[in-house]
Amino acid sequence: MPRNKRFSASRYGPTERHMAESLVEIERQMLAGAPDKEDCECKEGMFNGLTRRNMLAGGIALGGAAFTAGQATADAPPGAFEHRVQPDPTKEQGRTILDDGGYGSRSQFENEVRWRYPTASLDSSWSMTPLASGHGVITPSGLHFERHHAGIPAIDPKTHELILHGMVDEPMRFTMDDIKRLPAVSRICFIECSGNGLTEWDEPTLKTVQGTHGLTSTSEWTGVRLSTLLEMVGLSDGAAWILAEGADAAVLTRSVPIDKAMDDAIVAYAQNGEALRAEQGYPLRLLLPGYEGNTHIKWLRRLEVSDKPFMTREETSKYTDLMPDGMARQFSLEMEAKSVITFPSGAMKLPRPGFYEITGLAWSGRGKVTKVEVSTDGGATWREAALDGPVLPKCHTRFRIPWTWTGEEAVLQSRTVDETGYVQPTLPELVDVRGLNSVYHLNAIQSWHIAQDGEVTNVHA
Amino acid sequence: MFTRKLSLLCTLAMAATGPGIAQENSSESEPPRTVAELPERIGEYDERAPMQPPASSAQSVGDINPDNLEFGVGQPATDEQIARIDIDAMPDGRGLPPGQGTYAEGEEVYSQTCAACHGADLEGNKDIGAPKLIGGRGTLTDAKPVKTVESYWPYASTLFDYVHRAMPMNAPGSLSADEVYAVSAYVLGRADIISDDPDTTLDADTLAKVKMPNADGFVSDPRPDVGATK
Repeated sequence: MPRNKRFSASRYGPTERHMAESLVEIERQMLAGAPDKEDCECKEGMFNGLTRRNMLAGGIALGGAAFTAGQATADAPPGAFEHRVQPDPTKEQGRTILDDGGYGSRSQFENEVRWRYPTASLDSSWSMTPLASGHGVITPSGLHFERHHAGIPAIDPKTHELILHGMVDEPMRFTMDDIKRLPAVSRICFIECSGNGLTEWDEPTLKTVQGTHGLTSTSEWTGVRLSTLLEMVGLSDGAAWILAEGADAAVLTRSVPIDKAMDDAIVAYAQNGEALRAEQGYPLRLLLPGYEGNTHIKWLRRLEVSDKPFMTREETSKYTDLMPDGMARQFSLEMEAKSVITFPSGAMKLPRPGFYEITGLAWSGRGKVTKVEVSTDGGATWREAALDGPVLPKCHTRFRIPWTWTGEEAVLQSRTVDETGYVQPTLPELVDVRGLNSVYHLNAIQSWHIAQDGEVTNVHA
Repeated sequence: MFTRKLSLLCTLAMAATGPGIAQENSSESEPPRTVAELPERIGEYDERAPMQPPASSAQSVGDINPDNLEFGVGQPATDEQIARIDIDAMPDGRGLPPGQGTYAEGEEVYSQTCAACHGADLEGNKDIGAPKLIGGRGTLTDAKPVKTVESYWPYASTLFDYVHRAMPMNAPGSLSADEVYAVSAYVLGRADIISDDPDTTLDADTLAKVKMPNADGFVSDPRPDVGATK
């Protein structure tokens, strides 16, 4: 029986199926009498009462009640399995190694998840990173924001290939194996959707920092420099733009200036030390550090070099910024400097006056963050925050500053400066120039109001 | 062991023929794989087998000179292989495929494949996220601008390209070039951008000549446009 038929998709999620398969595999190895170097007690309780028969009988939450050997209780959060909580973990052995099948899971007591903005279509939608609970600058791969225009394709890397053609000396195609044979590079950088904050132009709309700023995430990305591939195929005279095309049902396309492609663009196959997640473009995506997220084409299958931009749907009817005079800005590709306080932030409630470390993220698509200032009085006075190092260009940068809340009303703001000298603007400054219909590229200072009862709300201040 | 041999064979087949052909061959004997197997156990301590070094698809390795970006990796793409996925169309008409379609034919295509989402009068349906396609001219400076193909899209080639590659939602990329020319003629005719005479015909030549109302409505990025610099 094919392995994928054993645990049907209708009954089990992929995580549960994977785990169950792994357990069956472990059990099979044991029953087959796989040679043991030592007969050790640790095998006892390997399955914590979970037998293959239990699993095949179905009807129980595999990641959940199975381990308690009791009655079904609430499901564990995504990415976690529910294990029996020991009354005193110092007085009995813990669960055994590899009972997750060899690919770890998070604690059953951690529950952060991406949240989907309620677009009308599930196929074309976006989900947002829970920035409020994040630490440091790396976004866990499973919490990286998503934007899909036609769902998430499942692509076998053995059949995927990338073709480079157009104004080149020799068109070439590369299998995934080919690409992994070439000299690689890793870098940590953010990707931000230029629609991040689009609900916030006119009035404070979403309540949490996940809602207002959750379309930005940072990962370590690994792949081949696009310049390597372009030099292998050889650019013709007059080459000025490259069309990048995905293999999803939107066959999503964006035009990229050749200078960017030759500068720091990466054709990436790995994220945070492992293969890309499917929703991040597995097996291959384009990475354009500092550019708006839509240009980082996922499921990359084709790169066509040309003398002109291709004027695709995404770069004409969408991702253009309509100004008050009726003209729209096009190819506004760089993400300008931006920062936000992630703690405390919207919909939290400070339990009592006292010490709090204000912390948040700052980033710039034009280079390094050089400074972050924080105000607790709505911008009247500013103090400089400490930046966690190393500060990387085009990368989330963590800032921190101590604060004692006296119990009085306060408005918290952060303001960043990048290495070009650009200062993050206020919302009125942006709106003065761009009006209220440009949709994209809102990088204004965010304000969080602290009420006397400690409640934190999203305000325009 | 069987699995490992199989993957080795696949790798060799791919190296020899390229992944497209390897896939076709394997589909005759067995269904395409849907998941990866767990790494095989090897050796007396049951270690898991590591990843195998990826194999280059290059037919011949040739001279290796990394300093000159010669790695013996990858292979030439033939015109046929490129043509299979080279579907983009540019504003000047480059990339538009042969074929043609009339407004009347487009009305038929529209009613059968588009109207269910975009509405009988191209008015769109917000409940399912299908945008309004026509109208909105002169609203781009309003408090609530109406951005449609008619009022906002700068090039007719974009309409062709997008419909051809990604529409309809329930069967993306299923329309023939003739059908896309036809439905483009219908949408542009309904938008009063070209004639709505039933015989109005679009092909690669005429589509590239269509002047869209908002063709001159775009400027390049002037940022940084806001804020002091320190």
